[in-house]
Amino acid sequence: MSAYVEPSLEVKKKGLKSRPVIATIILIGGIIGLLLAIGISVSIGAAEIDVRTVWSAVFQYDSTLVPHQIIQETRLPRVIGAALVGSSLAVSGSIMQGMTRNPLADPGLLGLNAGAAFMLAICFAFFPGLPYIYIILFAFVGAALGAGLVFGVGSLAKGGLTPMRLVLAGAAVTALLVALSEGIAIYYRINQDLAFWNAGGVSGARWENIKIMASWVILAILAAIVLSKSITLLSLGEEIAVGLGQKTGVIKLFGTIIILILAGSAVSVVGAVGFVGLVIPHITRFLVGYDYRWIIPCSAVLGGGLVVLADLAARMVNPPQETPIGALIAVIGVPFFLYLTRKGGQPL
Amino acid sequence: MPSLAIDQVKVGYSNLIILDDLSVEIPEQKITTIVGANGCGKSTLLKAIARILKTQKGAVYLDGKAIQLLPTKEVAKKMAILPQSSQVPTGLTVYELISYGRFPYQTGMGTLKVDDLKHIDWAIEATGLNPLKDRPVEALSGGQRQRVWIAMALAQDTEILILDEPTTYLDLAHQLDILLLLQKLNKEQKRTIIMVLHDLNHASRVSHNLVAMRDGAIIEEGTPEQVMTQSNLKAIFDIEATMSTCPFSNNPIYLSYTLSQSTKHMVQNKKSG
Repeated sequence: MSAYVEPSLEVKKKGLKSRPVIATIILIGGIIGLLLAIGISVSIGAAEIDVRTVWSAVFQYDSTLVPHQIIQETRLPRVIGAALVGSSLAVSGSIMQGMTRNPLADPGLLGLNAGAAFMLAICFAFFPGLPYIYIILFAFVGAALGAGLVFGVGSLAKGGLTPMRLVLAGAAVTALLVALSEGIAIYYRINQDLAFWNAGGVSGARWENIKIMASWVILAILAAIVLSKSITLLSLGEEIAVGLGQKTGVIKLFGTIIILILAGSAVSVVGAVGFVGLVIPHITRFLVGYDYRWIIPCSAVLGGGLVVLADLAARMVNPPQETPIGALIAVIGVPFFLYLTRKGGQPL
Repeated sequence: MPSLAIDQVKVGYSNLIILDDLSVEIPEQKITTIVGANGCGKSTLLKAIARILKTQKGAVYLDGKAIQLLPTKEVAKKMAILPQSSQVPTGLTVYELISYGRFPYQTGMGTLKVDDLKHIDWAIEATGLNPLKDRPVEALSGGQRQRVWIAMALAQDTEILILDEPTTYLDLAHQLDILLLLQKLNKEQKRTIIMVLHDLNHASRVSHNLVAMRDGAIIEEGTPEQVMTQSNLKAIFDIEATMSTCPFSNNPIYLSYTLSQSTKHMVQNKKSG
């Protein structure tokens, strides 16, 4: 049996044991980077505020000082919101890619974001002044609606759901839902309310909303980490997972609920920001390997970092105007998407 | 030793019934191979035994208990499954993939314990994968990859191994290599092996028990001597075969064959699968 192995292959004794080390470094480095980015993002803005003031505004808040107020009331919720949105989208993308083995799975591409945004339009049109605590629930339902439509349309076709077919169905459903949202916006004159959502900015973030959203997001990410081992197993293929004694139905159900909560939460704060859920999981997988116990926490950190930086860039590209954050991320996301589709959308 | 019996099962996909009222017993500690034409339901039977497909009627009994009623993790400690054409996720090393075989024994976040590591090391040893264990699985050849999947099933430490066409896409030498490995596992460790094979001569050579199927029903079942006959091959595949004996196993093999009169017609109407 030993003759079976070519001697030239008997090299390389690394990889496995160093993986958790690399992943830990990325996780810790990522958290430090994220905190730094948050710090920089908070100090930079229309009013120049130095880092020491930022520090004292956070830890020794004095409500009589204007810089402290700017930081506490405007900049901090905004940057925390950006981090949470990035984490949500990246983690939901990771879970989607792991569960479906579809490298193109992303809450934006598969219609979840458009569905959530559509429900927001409905909220504004028919229930104006609805508290955020209910709006976010509508966003969850909307994400489920989008996903349901995409998977429904995709599976109507002969030959079942291929990664490409799902993306096409996602594009069609997204176009429909966006058109409907815009129709509602025009008819009910809520363009202004929806504008900042659809441009995908975090400028509207307020503490009371961020607190509600944060509790959902943190809960969902923790649940995702608990589920991560099972997601890795599912990513090996459903039959393998069943053979190893996994209750795949239960895992898929919980996985889907987590995805909907994360995508819905993100959209309910910033509107439809695409590509974070596509790009970050791929980069993370490249860095830390295939184990979702590492991919999920690392995606959360890297995704948060990406959106915080994108938001920072959005304010710096053309001040004092704000460039839509969605457009900035698309600059990275679109070439990456094209690269993945050129690879043929092979299953993960 | 767990016993496995299939009792009057009805299995299919949504409204397409593949197997109806099919019963068969799998002998313990033996190699049982299911053979038959494309689309005859042999993979479906294997998936029903492996609880990947649910039975609409009847049941598969493991140790006298209906398999669908047993906790799935408990079943996974007695029965390992190697599906057909498993796609390997990119970036996973041989060792990592094999270690997932320990899932049924893990709780919580699933850290590997000493006992798990022992079984993984043993599985790597038994499949001769030691020199390759830190390589990414996608960099391996087809034969080596199949060994990795078998090693993963071995790490699961089960009495029963179920394999769906484990030799497909492999060249002649690697096909035999895999079959001899399975034979060794059966001989030395008394593992019950159930598999689907396309190559009848291979099936006859390594199996104790053959189950021949056609159109969702069992045509013949028994030792290779009983099943590998000219008349059975005609009944199963619509072929006229010239029979001979394998010089290595003394079991019957076919030398060559031609199509029966009715075959062309049948082939045209057959669904693939």
